Amino acid sequence: MYAIVTGPLAWLAFLIFFIGIAVRAVLYIRGLDWKLDRVTYSVNTLFGVKGALRSIVFWIIPFGSRSWRAKPFFTILVFLFHLGLLITPVFLLGHNLLLKERWGFNLWAISENTADLLTILVMISAAFLALRRIALPEVRILTTAYDYLLLLIAVAPFITGFLAHRQTADYQFWLMLHIISGEVWLIAIPFTKLSHMVLFFLTRAQIGMDFGIKRGGMKGKGLAW
Amino acid sequence: MAQGKLCNRKPVNTREELKALLDDKNGAQYYQEMNQLDVDREALYNTLQKTCKSRLRTWLEICARCGLCADSCFFYLANQRDPKQVPSYKIQSTLGEIVRRKGNVDNAFMQTVMDTAWGKCTCCNRCAMYCPFGIDMGVMFGYLRGLCFSQGFVPWELKIGSGMHRIYNAQMDVTSEDWVETCEWMCEENSEKWPGLEIPIDKENADFIYTVNAREPKHYPEDLAEAAILFHIAGENWTVPSEGWEETSLAMFAGDWEGCRQQVMSVYSAMERLKPKRMVVTECGHAYRATVIEGPYWAGLTSGKTPVETQHYVEWVAEALKTGKLKIDPAKKIKEPVTYQDSCNYIRNAGLKDAARYIMSQIADDFREMSPCKEHNFCCGGGGGMNGLGRYRKERNIGLKVKRDQILATGAKLVVAPCHNCWDAIRDMEEIYEIGIRWSFLKPLLLKMVIVPEHLKPAEEEE
Ligand code: HEM
Ligand code: HEM
Ligand code: SF4
Ligand code: SF4
Repeated sequence: MYAIVTGPLAWLAFLIFFIGIAVRAVLYIRGLDWKLDRVTYSVNTLFGVKGALRSIVFWIIPFGSRSWRAKPFFTILVFLFHLGLLITPVFLLGHNLLLKERWGFNLWAISENTADLLTILVMISAAFLALRRIALPEVRILTTAYDYLLLLIAVAPFITGFLAHRQTADYQFWLMLHIISGEVWLIAIPFTKLSHMVLFFLTRAQIGMDFGIKRGGMKGKGLAW
Repeated sequence: MAQGKLCNRKPVNTREELKALLDDKNGAQYYQEMNQLDVDREALYNTLQKTCKSRLRTWLEICARCGLCADSCFFYLANQRDPKQVPSYKIQSTLGEIVRRKGNVDNAFMQTVMDTAWGKCTCCNRCAMYCPFGIDMGVMFGYLRGLCFSQGFVPWELKIGSGMHRIYNAQMDVTSEDWVETCEWMCEENSEKWPGLEIPIDKENADFIYTVNAREPKHYPEDLAEAAILFHIAGENWTVPSEGWEETSLAMFAGDWEGCRQQVMSVYSAMERLKPKRMVVTECGHAYRATVIEGPYWAGLTSGKTPVETQHYVEWVAEALKTGKLKIDPAKKIKEPVTYQDSCNYIRNAGLKDAARYIMSQIADDFREMSPCKEHNFCCGGGGGMNGLGRYRKERNIGLKVKRDQILATGAKLVVAPCHNCWDAIRDMEEIYEIGIRWSFLKPLLLKMVIVPEHLKPAEEEE
């Protein structure tokens, strides 16, 4: 069982993940239409590229946009959540040992303490993101069960990985659950709105091009995000 | 499939149809008929398949349901933070549902959609600046209006407006003759005071053609006179086209894309006929947005630009002040506190904030910015056609509160509003809330303070 989930199943999950997000990106770009979207993507492209980069940069930096600054608490939550979400699995010692053993290569690894800290931060910020959905009327009205499910899928590997790492009595159980939840995590990304992992960059680029080419970017210094 | 006599899926193309609609007071019969109007689900689904592509579908799908867009919408703020006014909620419960149900929706649903698309959104695009994914609910509501229009679920006034454009190439029943006559009349009226004043019609190869909002010839002809006098003082070589002079687009507010195309084509053909170097557009926001920003796409121009370069009136004024074509008498500058209403259509959506700031620095001693301002400014409350829709009068008046409070906070009693929609909204705001403010276009203000060159002064004054 362990061999299967860390062998073929892991392969499959990674394959679906990488091919899936690539397909999402290609489909998105191919579905853009200069006439329907009313943006000349391929004319004045330089203004578009500038607009796209500004649109991404100001939003990828914490407090970089007016909207992030307007909601400091939420902004900190979202950034901590994503920081842990993205850095921990890639640079985790445990994962890299496994990588070396199975696929013969490994990346630079963060210390175990750092990993623990990031994992805890992910879990805490996820809890607050969930609470926020219950507490704020303007978020409650938008929230569906699907949003909680995605939040759960996103943190599940952290909860299970954390418990496994504590090496409690049920190590095998938690490790197994961890690996399965990790594979669900990978597979869910291309098929759900977790695909924002790539689509974030593309939709931001699109709106940046829209403002950069058509809506004034060629006249002023560009939008103050 | 049931359709009404007045309320149906066919756009208005003849004067008889238009008259029938106009005779239906307040659209009483029209809205009655709307209750029986069937949804052509197949057509709706086909339109979705053809026009709802990855940009819109992705926006609808990846919305994180985070609510960051809530505070960005003035309707949400003006309605005591009613969650039903959160932009994401408004679009997900309308366009989102239509897409998820693949067009399988009924009459009652479409009426709710209409009431949301026109009664709860002015397409100001402010939410796009506050969403982490850049989801632009204003753009989506614009698209949704197009779906509604194609199904006949469109407010009565805008069914009329779109018909006007299709019949007169103008938002009102102003014919080419009416327009030319008004130009001549305004020229005559002012020729004594301004010797040599001209409104040249159809002059070829001028430095620019000047195009307007049909309300000006119809209801405010003095605006046209003021424009002419300022061009005269600035020594411009300009002209107006006898046809293709109308910049506005109620068709855009209505979601009548074919009407939009016909309207902007009339302006573009004037450009091609008269070969001016440029075009200057009057003090109107949506007119500029329609004809200059969106128009080239309706017309299928791959450059994404108007056939000749175009300036909004504020750009012309800023340039005239910079180059000294217009000189301001410092003693006559506005002394009292004054604020500026940034129009969503040419500030947020066309990048002209700096031109507006330059003008204010030249004409006012105590200019006070609203907060927020420039591209972050709130909609006046009357955009997107809202000023003219009887069915949503109440909603509009509530929405005005945000702008009212913004203006009050500046302490200024005078608001410069170089946009017809903003100007109307602020006028109505004063009528409803009586906060003791005045509002003005740029032209009358400029006329009071420009230095008139000696050779242009009337004979009596020279003595
Ligand atoms: C796909 C296959 C995966 C495998 C085979 C795997 C395997 C492992 C292993 C062996 C450990 C070490 C447990 C220990 O220390 O004894 C671990 C820990 C961990 N994994 Fe994974 N993992 C996978 C996917 C993921 C994913 C997708 C994520 C996150 C999104 C993730 C997040 C973590 C975290 C956060 C820890 C450790 C937490 C801590 O140290 O406190 N893993 N994983
Ligand atoms: C580079 C990659 C990523 C970027 C730039 C990114 C960006 C964002 C942004 C901008 C939001 C909206 C914040 C908000 O307003 O809620 C968000 C939300 C979210 N993201 Fe990501 N994301 C990335 C990767 C991921 C990944 C890999 C996952 C999980 C598998 C994930 C899970 C989530 C979840 C669950 C939310 C919703 C949070 C909530 O409930 O409010 N993200 N992301
Ligand atoms: S801010 Fe954007 S992602 Fe968040 S709820 Fe609004 S539309 Fe959706
Ligand atoms: S476009 Fe403007 S009015 Fe419409 S939902 Fe967005 S912020 Fe509100």
